[in-house]
Amino acid sequence: MNPINFVILAAILFSIGSAAVLLRRNAIVAFMGVELMLNAANLALVAFSRIHGQLDGQVMAFFVMVVAAAEVVVGLAIIIAVFRARQTISLDEPAELKG
Amino acid sequence: MQSLIWLAIALPLASSALLLLAGRKADAWGHWVGVAASGGAFLVGLGALLEMLGQPEESRAMVNTLWTFIPGGDLNVDVGLLADPLSITFVLLITFVGTLIHVYSVAYMEHDPDRRRFFAYLNLFVAAMLLLVLADSFLLLFVGWEGVGLASYLLIGFWNSKPEYATAANKAFFVNRIGDIGLIIAMGLMFATFGALDFSTVFAQAPEATTAQLTAIGLMLLVAACGKSAQFPLQSWLGDAMAGPTPVSALIHAATMVTAGVYLIVRSAPIFSGAPDAQVVVAAVGAFTLLLGAFIGMAKDDIKKALAASTMSQIGYMMLAAGLGPIGYAFAIFHLVTHGFFKAGMFLGAGSVMHAMNDQVDMRRYGALRGAMMVTWITFGLGWLAILGVPPFSGYFSKDKIIEAAFVGEGWQPWVFGGAALIGAGLTAFYMSRLFFMTFHGKARWTDDQHPHESPLLMTVPMMILAVGSAFLGLILATGDRFTHWLEPVTGHAEHHDPVLPIPVLIALTLILVAIGAVGAWFKYGRADVPEEAPAASLVTVAARSDFFQDSVNRAVAQRPGQHLTRTLVYLDHAVVDGAVNKQARGWANLGEASRRLQSGQVRSYAATMLVGLVIVAVVIVVGGL
Repeated sequence: MNPINFVILAAILFSIGSAAVLLRRNAIVAFMGVELMLNAANLALVAFSRIHGQLDGQVMAFFVMVVAAAEVVVGLAIIIAVFRARQTISLDEPAELKG
Repeated sequence: MQSLIWLAIALPLASSALLLLAGRKADAWGHWVGVAASGGAFLVGLGALLEMLGQPEESRAMVNTLWTFIPGGDLNVDVGLLADPLSITFVLLITFVGTLIHVYSVAYMEHDPDRRRFFAYLNLFVAAMLLLVLADSFLLLFVGWEGVGLASYLLIGFWNSKPEYATAANKAFFVNRIGDIGLIIAMGLMFATFGALDFSTVFAQAPEATTAQLTAIGLMLLVAACGKSAQFPLQSWLGDAMAGPTPVSALIHAATMVTAGVYLIVRSAPIFSGAPDAQVVVAAVGAFTLLLGAFIGMAKDDIKKALAASTMSQIGYMMLAAGLGPIGYAFAIFHLVTHGFFKAGMFLGAGSVMHAMNDQVDMRRYGALRGAMMVTWITFGLGWLAILGVPPFSGYFSKDKIIEAAFVGEGWQPWVFGGAALIGAGLTAFYMSRLFFMTFHGKARWTDDQHPHESPLLMTVPMMILAVGSAFLGLILATGDRFTHWLEPVTGHAEHHDPVLPIPVLIALTLILVAIGAVGAWFKYGRADVPEEAPAASLVTVAARSDFFQDSVNRAVAQRPGQHLTRTLVYLDHAVVDGAVNKQARGWANLGEASRRLQSGQVRSYAATMLVGLVIVAVVIVVGGL
């Protein structure tokens, strides 16, 4: 199978993830979008690793997974904190930084 | 004693500090400390004189360097005291007349609750004036110059609870500042030209400087002298300075401080000798002021203001003599010394009259005081004869010499300067006789509550001593040209020049004019009745009564343009300097206001921005083939 198909799949997944982040107000769904984008990037890394016959991309993918795991913990904690403070997890609700 | 001359300054300075710091405890005896300090300074001066007389002429000048004032690379100024015949003459005049006036003030200020403060200021004045005349550099002279200005300000405004007296003090202070700026500029020019400010270096290098440089320095020194000595056009403060207690008028505004300008010109002789144009200006200022003062003196009814105008006029004589060069220097100082005696004596006499007349100063309410105040009449009379220049009294020897010297020269100068001096002598005779007759002769025009009486001995004794000086000092000092020889090491030897008119003719002319003036005044103010209110008079008299509108002129020439200038500058400051800064600040604020809208606070729009940025970077990389 042509490894370039993996790259195309990674691009599609990345687009779906970013669309979820940009278009959905629900913080959980946006968060899932972020995870999808991370995994799309992982897929791309692994695919390029295969194409070039080098292990660098695979090593990088492991790092991304570790960081993503940590990011999930922090992100979910923030979402819970926001919910406790505002009784909502809409992304449009907190706008205190408006200039 | 010459090397101990610093004591003459230190004694009154220490006494002044003591009196100011001691508090009310010193009220009972403080004034005697002041008298003792001034007397001590006189003794130091006397000791220095005796030592100096024992030395040969050429080694009489002595510089005592005390410490370094300003050690600074190119400019090194030492604090040094120069004791030479000229400065010792001043030291003796200041301390002798000063001590007498201190004694007089003990009685004159007896009922003033602030007598201790008064003596502290008088001592401060004596110390500053001695520093002025003993300094061996222009910078140290300037310290004394400012010191006497401060003392003068404090004493004019001594009764500062009266607003007009406080205003008079401010006026004297401000006008003197103009003169001070002249002195500062002169010092700056000296430093630029000679690189030094001490007398010996500056005077030694003066012949090598160009005429233009010396003329500039000389004219700036003249500005300084005009401010301090109340010469035209900076004369307006002297009349108002009479707001101070009368002993102050006698000491500061007649005998000593106002003559500092003459001292400055005579001391700077080497500069003026290379700047003939500046000399002519000095003489012209003197000649003009002597006539101006005489005209004002003829119209004033306030006894102190009439005497102040007379002071202005007499200093005009001294400036005229100082502007004549070496032939006039010695006579300028000679007249300064005799004037110090007779004018101080007359001011003290005026104080005695005011003391007797409940502080009345209007001569139209005097008259017939001879009977009530015999001692004051005699002492004042001797001063009157001296200022008129009647032989053999002091003024005859000093003033007539100036008139003779003014007639020396070529071209128009002797006729203009000599003529002014000659006419001035006649005018002086008229206004001083007017003052004398209005006060002591004629009918009594007193108000009902006035009961004239002779002043106490503490006041009359100083008047008697000064009267003796007014009578005989000129004769003593003029015999064998003693005073001129005494000053020769400083002023230089002057060859005798014949005036454009023979000397006997000049003496006769002067005496005739004096006689006409005095007799005219007798008929108008001695024999005839003097109206109690000033009568309507000619335009000239009205102008002279208001000092030739000097205040209006100053207002129009200096004050209003100055105010317009400052208002314009304030406007420009707001519009241009502040304006540029404010405009710029407003521009940045507007930029911030505009960019504020970028921050929406919407998380999703931030995310969109990031994505767009990422896409742009990716496109650039792909298209650019990087």
